[in-house]
Amino acid sequence: MSETQLIFQLSQPGRSAVSQAPKALADDKLSAIPAHLRRKQKPALPEVSEMQVVRHYTNLSSKNFAIDKQFYPLGSCTMKYNPRGANRAAMLPGFLNRHPLAPETHSQGFLSCMFELQNFLKEVTGMKGVSLAPMAGAQGEFAGVAMIRAYHEARGDEGRTEILIPEAAHGTNPATAVMCGYKVREVPVGKDGDVDLDALKAACGPQTAGLMMTNPSTCGVFERQIEAIAKTVHEAGGLLYYDGANLNAILGKVRPGDMGFDVIHMNLHKTFATPHGGGGPGAGPVGVSERLLPYLPTPMAGQRDDGSYHWIDTDTLETSIGHLSAFMGNAGVLLRAYYYARSLGREGMIRVGEFSTLAANYLLKRLEAVGCTAAYPDRRASHEFILTFAKEAKELGVTAMDIAKRLLDYNQHAPTTYFPLLVPECFLIEPTETESKEALDEFVDAMAAILEEARTQPDMVKEAPFTQPVRRLDDVKAARELDLAWSE
Amino acid sequence: MPYIPHTPDDVCAMLDAIGADSIEALFDEIPAHLKAAGKLDALPEGLSEMEVTRLMNERAAMDAGAVSFIGAGAYQHHIPAAVWEIATRGEFYTAYTPYQAEASQGTLQVIYEFQTLMTRLTGMEVSNASVYDGASGLSEAVLMALRANRKSKSRKVLVPTALNPRYTAATQAIVENQDVALDSVAFDPASGQTPLDALKPFEGQDYAALVISQPNFFGSLEEVDALTDWAHANSMLVIGVVNPTSLALLTPPGEWGAEGADIVVGEGQPLGVPLSSGGPYFGFMCCKQKYVRQMPGRIIGRTVDMEGKQGFALTLQAREQHIRRSKATSNICTNQGLAMTASTIYCSLLGPDGLTNVAAHCHANTQSLADKLTAIAGVERAFSAPTFHEVVLTLPKPAAEVLAALAGKDVLGGVSLATDYDMPNAILINATEIHSESDLDLFAVALKEVLAA
Amino acid sequence: MSEIPAELRYASSHEWAKNDDGTVTVGITAHAQDAMGDLVYVELPEVGQVVAAGDEAGVVESVKAASDIYAPVSGEIVAINEALEDEPELVNNVPYEGGWLFKIAMSEESDLDNLLTADQYQAQIESE
Ligand SMILES: Cc1ncc(COP(=O)(O)O)c(C=O)c1O
Repeated sequence: MSETQLIFQLSQPGRSAVSQAPKALADDKLSAIPAHLRRKQKPALPEVSEMQVVRHYTNLSSKNFAIDKQFYPLGSCTMKYNPRGANRAAMLPGFLNRHPLAPETHSQGFLSCMFELQNFLKEVTGMKGVSLAPMAGAQGEFAGVAMIRAYHEARGDEGRTEILIPEAAHGTNPATAVMCGYKVREVPVGKDGDVDLDALKAACGPQTAGLMMTNPSTCGVFERQIEAIAKTVHEAGGLLYYDGANLNAILGKVRPGDMGFDVIHMNLHKTFATPHGGGGPGAGPVGVSERLLPYLPTPMAGQRDDGSYHWIDTDTLETSIGHLSAFMGNAGVLLRAYYYARSLGREGMIRVGEFSTLAANYLLKRLEAVGCTAAYPDRRASHEFILTFAKEAKELGVTAMDIAKRLLDYNQHAPTTYFPLLVPECFLIEPTETESKEALDEFVDAMAAILEEARTQPDMVKEAPFTQPVRRLDDVKAARELDLAWSE
Repeated sequence: MPYIPHTPDDVCAMLDAIGADSIEALFDEIPAHLKAAGKLDALPEGLSEMEVTRLMNERAAMDAGAVSFIGAGAYQHHIPAAVWEIATRGEFYTAYTPYQAEASQGTLQVIYEFQTLMTRLTGMEVSNASVYDGASGLSEAVLMALRANRKSKSRKVLVPTALNPRYTAATQAIVENQDVALDSVAFDPASGQTPLDALKPFEGQDYAALVISQPNFFGSLEEVDALTDWAHANSMLVIGVVNPTSLALLTPPGEWGAEGADIVVGEGQPLGVPLSSGGPYFGFMCCKQKYVRQMPGRIIGRTVDMEGKQGFALTLQAREQHIRRSKATSNICTNQGLAMTASTIYCSLLGPDGLTNVAAHCHANTQSLADKLTAIAGVERAFSAPTFHEVVLTLPKPAAEVLAALAGKDVLGGVSLATDYDMPNAILINATEIHSESDLDLFAVALKEVLAA
Repeated sequence: MSEIPAELRYASSHEWAKNDDGTVTVGITAHAQDAMGDLVYVELPEVGQVVAAGDEAGVVESVKAASDIYAPVSGEIVAINEALEDEPELVNNVPYEGGWLFKIAMSEESDLDNLLTADQYQAQIESE
């Protein structure tokens, strides 16, 4: 595939997509704007025709891997099928043209969807209240930990300065704790992937504000001591935070609320099948137990006795941690998740956890059979699992990164690599419930072929990929000689 | 089974390979008493695509049909058909964050082009690949300024009262957890601007940054050069909060005062993203090159591959949470990529003349609307300063009452300033290029009727 | 096996320290730069900054990792290696010479005694 020019390189002075903008106005129409506040030169946007734009971006799109094109088993990301019907529904004119500050009289349709979605999410998580406000997982984490802080502060419990985080946790967890003004203390994870309970007990104390964890954990296994962990943290006066990135594994099977969690965020762009859009947007609703209800972020949808819907905002919920965005979060993502929830219904919801777990365990067993090494061979996989290529790296000089790159040549998107940091040379693999057995088998075949290549022609594997629009990129040059914007 | 492809034979074969006799057996590590069996009863039955579509059609239709003059941070513009046709192609819509660069060159090049577009609009040197929205973007800018301003030891930032109060509220909610204080700078009740005089009390004090909003919440244009120079003379960084459409007409923040703004954020929604009830929009964030290591969010760099061919990759990742964990510049991970993609396509379709014409029509239509409305007895402009595409009007009756009556006529006549500014009779209105002369007349006629009643 | 000059002292966090009449030059070891990979940026302290032994005094960044630098001894920063701004690769290429990071006017001579000898450091990295 050839190099695609930048849109700026297609630009010719005087060319434009004429029909997309209103006609020029006489300059006297702008006379109310003082000259010294006016821009001296027009912004140097590209001057191109409508077809050039369409062709350029269509061609660029073809350089992407995507769920619509490939198996995309990124662990911790839940790359499941994104139903097209959800997109169409969220793009209905009544939703699309609704201003976020439209009066409630002109918002009943939208509010009803949000109110029902809140209730569905409460039900599947076993929490007492849900706010849809956070705009991604990390912002949900922020909301959750800010609520933990607000709770301790409201009780005058000032000495709680630390958040505990298992060392295998996602980077957003420690970054969030710091954004909420906490110090982070890491808790070690044992050889079987479960938290080191003795270390946790030693780390817990009057300085503990809470513990952030996922279950199943980022090690791809269900944390079996969850109740003991909850008890330990609660007895120390801390609260328990559930990072819902892995909710897909247990959807309909176990509810975080029943495991003792006080606050949880969900990644609707994972579990509820909304698209990732090449980096976003997502939605990270938060759910809470009884004691954190007063602190939920606003706005939320409420229902009056007469059945009509209204916004709940800081004027009535004064203890709320407040607004996290200008309006109400990523409404369009929430509508897609609402579609998905209605589409699945109760039975469908339960099947998600079951079939994502079936797919992961099947894939793990098949991969082990072709010579891959599981990081936790004695454990059940949850909806995802870890392989380690430490042996291949040591003996053949072929790293997890090399294998990941070679997978692209087999038209398979690589799994998550080098996360969690605690397992060397690892892949975190999450197939999801929407992949057919044939798709899983193809991935196994590709992995078997690559392991064979690693033994017979390791130098070739180390140079992969060969079939993509570019070969391996010079990351070092990118960072040392920063080129972050085009100039002619 | 919706979206699940496995046949009963597949399931048997898969369980066989695993060596388990049922799917339930795969959950044997979960304590039995924790299982959720029977606890999801309140969920409804699943529906077919036809059924959910019908249901959501009905809901959407309930909210349609009004003519709106609400702005206040989100604006209706014409969006070329090609924008979302392309943005929702599966290759963009269903890709993840571009971690595998070789298999994500489409998204990566789009982001590089977006970064370039934003630097050109704002006159700044670098841009990131988006943050959640304008308001949360401001909170990131405030935290960034604290890190970037080496001359200041303070954890305080000056914020004008005339900034969108929703931005102030969100920023407050986010930064207060790190003991950062936002001190407010008053506006002049006659002009609706933030005067230099209001900054006098802070002269010589230690603040990390001054926030300047152009235009401000009232639509008024600030004297950005003087404000910028004042901040720099007092060792503060300047955080510009701008409307991207307005930048086609107004001095880009990179050129404010002698040295330009240091950090610029804003709501990207006007660039091709529909109102859609408040999101997904995207926040844009730009800064001077020397502060780039303090910037949160993803950043794409142009580089070469091992054969010397041009390619694009995530860069400066050591700022981000997946590497730097508790010391990262922010916790942001997933951003607003698809909306950013749409805006890149939008800016390319509009071009310099198109965006300028859009901005000019917004301005002219709002002037014209204000003229029509202030021709009604008792309706007046609240402030004297020049405006871009929003205006505050005072009414002879309480705004809440008037707005409710207008809504009854399917005219959404702006937002009330009663709670945020204690101006019970004031409304903030906006018109853009999409409003026709007859839309403006419709508002005028309706307002006249409502006020006469 | 990477080079560990016998005349230097080492911190367990992989800095080396070289004392010249109370001015201590600090860098990271060949082993540490090797583990990091190609460095792309080095953040240095400011001249005049006063540090205590064990304080964070900078950061080295590669494409995939970032690692804090700790002051091996207490004192005032009296010089920083400005060449690293444009050429962070000096740390990779010549870690014990042109790739030095900063110099500290040492306030507590005894801090040096708390550092590892070359043999001790060698033993530490072998056990890692
Ligand atoms: C375990 C885990 N926690 C948190 C997050 C953060 O979610 P988001 O990217 O939506 O902010 C992710 C996703 O990348 C994750 O995998």
